[in-house]
Amino acid sequence: MKEINQMELKFKALSENESFARATVAGFCLSLNPTIDEITDIKTAVSEAVTNCVVHAYKNQTPGMISIKTTLFDTSVKIEISDNGIGISNIDKAREPFFTTCPNSDRSGMGFTVMESFMDSLNVENLKCGGLKVTMIKTFEQKENKLKKLG
Amino acid sequence: MDIKYRNYNNVLYVMLIGELDEHTAKYTSKTLDDIFMTTISKQIIIDLSELKFMDSTGIGVLIGRYKKMKSKGVSIFISNPSYHAEKIFKLTGLYDIMPKIS
Repeated sequence: MKEINQMELKFKALSENESFARATVAGFCLSLNPTIDEITDIKTAVSEAVTNCVVHAYKNQTPGMISIKTTLFDTSVKIEISDNGIGISNIDKAREPFFTTCPNSDRSGMGFTVMESFMDSLNVENLKCGGLKVTMIKTFEQKENKLKKLG
Repeated sequence: MDIKYRNYNNVLYVMLIGELDEHTAKYTSKTLDDIFMTTISKQIIIDLSELKFMDSTGIGVLIGRYKKMKSKGVSIFISNPSYHAEKIFKLTGLYDIMPKIS
């Protein structure tokens, strides 16, 4: 896997930054000629991870920062989203569909499930220095296959 | 997020225009609640043809409205979802409580 490009984005954990974050990451992937469907998958997965940081990472404290490192390879993208927040005490539990720590608010508990099913891989880990890191990889379908599909 | 609605023959049509995520969720929930509470109808149809983006926060918004209206005997249906919104609906099983109509 040859690394061909990389960018890092840092912004405050505010909900108004969500559309900026997902559009920026999606725009950075365009040089790999993704399909509209692949781009929407990426936008949605980034939105889910950023929402988690906005809603949970800095709960009951001043919003901190969120960083997104995006690395492009020949045919795939790796997106690493991290914060300096409170982390997750039970990651396996948090990844279960419909699990939510706020059952009385309108939360679906499907964030990690959406990331997992829209991307090719999802890794969630607590950072030693505090905070959480979500790493997602998506491989883009190759041009030859796209052309074959078109006939 | 812009929300338009009209009531016709006891059916309330609501159109969501824009992006539904964490940032617009509160406004969307509150506006829908206000419209649903002040309009008398037996059925609600939510038209998503102008919804440009939605993530699982949107599912939370929809499920919350379903819970509120279910106790009043009002059913909610989804109309014109994008390919992508449909992907999230199928993944989360939303159609089980809010069926799609054409």
